Amino acid sequence: MSLANNTGGADQTVVLPGPGARERLGRAAPYLSVPLLALVALVLILAQGSSVPTWVTLTVAGLAMGVMLFIMASGLTLVFGLMDVLNFGHGAFITVGAYVGVTVLIWLGSAFAADNVWLNLLAIVPAIAAAMAVAGLGGWFFERSVVAPVYGAHLKQILVTMGALIVTEQLLLAIWGPERIPINRPDALSGAFLVGDAAIERYRVYATVLGLAIFGAMAYVLRRTRVGLLVRAGVENGEMVQAMGYRVRVLFAGVFIVGSALAALGGVMWALYDEVITVHIGQNLMIMVFIVVIIGGLGSVEGCLVGALLVGLMTNYTGFLTPTLSLGSTILLMVVVLMWRPQGLIAVNKGH
Amino acid sequence: MSETALLSLEGVHTHIGRYHILQGVDLVVPRGGVTVLLGRNGAGKTTTMRTIMGLWQASAGQIHFDGRPIESLPTPEIAKAGIAFVPENMGIFAGLTVKENMVLAARGGRFDQARLDWILTLFPALRRFWALSAGNLSGGQKQMLAIARAVIEPRRLLLIDEPSKGLAPAIVGALTQAFSELIADGETTILLVEQNLHMAQCLGRSVAVMDEGRIVHAGMMADLAADRDLQGRLLGLSLEPTP
Repeated sequence: MSLANNTGGADQTVVLPGPGARERLGRAAPYLSVPLLALVALVLILAQGSSVPTWVTLTVAGLAMGVMLFIMASGLTLVFGLMDVLNFGHGAFITVGAYVGVTVLIWLGSAFAADNVWLNLLAIVPAIAAAMAVAGLGGWFFERSVVAPVYGAHLKQILVTMGALIVTEQLLLAIWGPERIPINRPDALSGAFLVGDAAIERYRVYATVLGLAIFGAMAYVLRRTRVGLLVRAGVENGEMVQAMGYRVRVLFAGVFIVGSALAALGGVMWALYDEVITVHIGQNLMIMVFIVVIIGGLGSVEGCLVGALLVGLMTNYTGFLTPTLSLGSTILLMVVVLMWRPQGLIAVNKGH
Repeated sequence: MSETALLSLEGVHTHIGRYHILQGVDLVVPRGGVTVLLGRNGAGKTTTMRTIMGLWQASAGQIHFDGRPIESLPTPEIAKAGIAFVPENMGIFAGLTVKENMVLAARGGRFDQARLDWILTLFPALRRFWALSAGNLSGGQKQMLAIARAVIEPRRLLLIDEPSKGLAPAIVGALTQAFSELIADGETTILLVEQNLHMAQCLGRSVAVMDEGRIVHAGMMADLAADRDLQGRLLGLSLEPTP
């Protein structure tokens, strides 16, 4: 549903003096931090004696990792923003997504392994759909049974959702067993494009394009539709949205389900990226997902994308420059961002 | 205008955590006009408003709106029944534009053009800043937006919590004027929590005074304004506007 445009004379707005250069820079700074990080990395990589193609490869890898993290984290940030719910169990949907998706891909093995992009898609699309459907359904059940009883109690939320994550992992172990499950990408998703001297993995390019498309779709829904308007208002002040006659609980359940389904999509993408899954995939990724959400600003989808790209790039650059600092670098990134902007890169104005 | 009650609270108790805030509130808001709720800070005025709106659940007692019990309804249902709430902090969505704030308030997303024009005549600043983020408005403009949002749909009862707080006298005058126009149709009733005694006196037809979670006085504003002893006893101050 599109927004009402029936404002008649009200659209005769006065042209206001634009914001000062300083204010504009302040607003753009979070977005500029991504190219700035890439630029600093370029200088360091060249100083170390490596070449520009290396930097290009690392940057594309970082962007791909970033958008996958964004897909996983976007639901979590909205869930927190809307209902102040700290969902430590979000990782369970990543794992469930990866397992369901990979299982479907193994079932449809002949199509998935075929040397034909269309046949590959015939396996990948149902795998993603199944993963998202199962996780969405799980999200609905999770919200009703685990989250709903502990609204407003953060400590209980942490304990209960963490517990639910452990229970889910054990269930997956019982169903699929403890072995790592390998899943090789088909030829269409393997290999690399050669741009000049830079080798760019195809899968990373596809993942980046898909991730950016999902961000675009989310931004469209949030900015241009009435449901999106309600979500944005609810993130700022859910109580007031209720007082206007909207059922925020229903809205929240919807966001929870979509967020869970997106986490599952992220899980499938990550499984194909790593080419192996274990039941700990969600738990392992949750550290980075939480860092992304905190860096971005809790409740902000744009912040979530910027935070995810920063974490993805940082991990890849430091993994190349100083491998021992790879994990620590994201923590360091979080510390630096929070010292600069304690509310995260793009803070949401919480009105309650 | 009929004098039958639009809203009535009988023996309403509200607990917030382990604190017992409302301790048996009995309040009658007559149909039409402005009823002012007075009382010292901490007397329970805001809690009364929030309890009516269902934002805090009454632990005992009954609340009737237009003859219908509403104390156990969820907040959105209470809003749909015809009650709008303008909280003390105004509840503006700062990240949304003025227009988006208004679109949300117009249920169904479409404006009644005549009503919108009337509101924008009451509050011309909203027309000027229509496409601006509401977070950039001044305090007075935010209050105007909060009230405009509450009345973009016809509502039978407006709960307005301290609208004059922190505003310049000229803006308070404009708000007083706007409230007078809002109730002029005889269909709209306002329950107003207000510390600005001049505004309260100008607008209030009936008045209730709260202290320690109870209503300690209810009657006509004119009677309270004329009885300085009563004012002293109830409020520890005088309703005479300072010269």
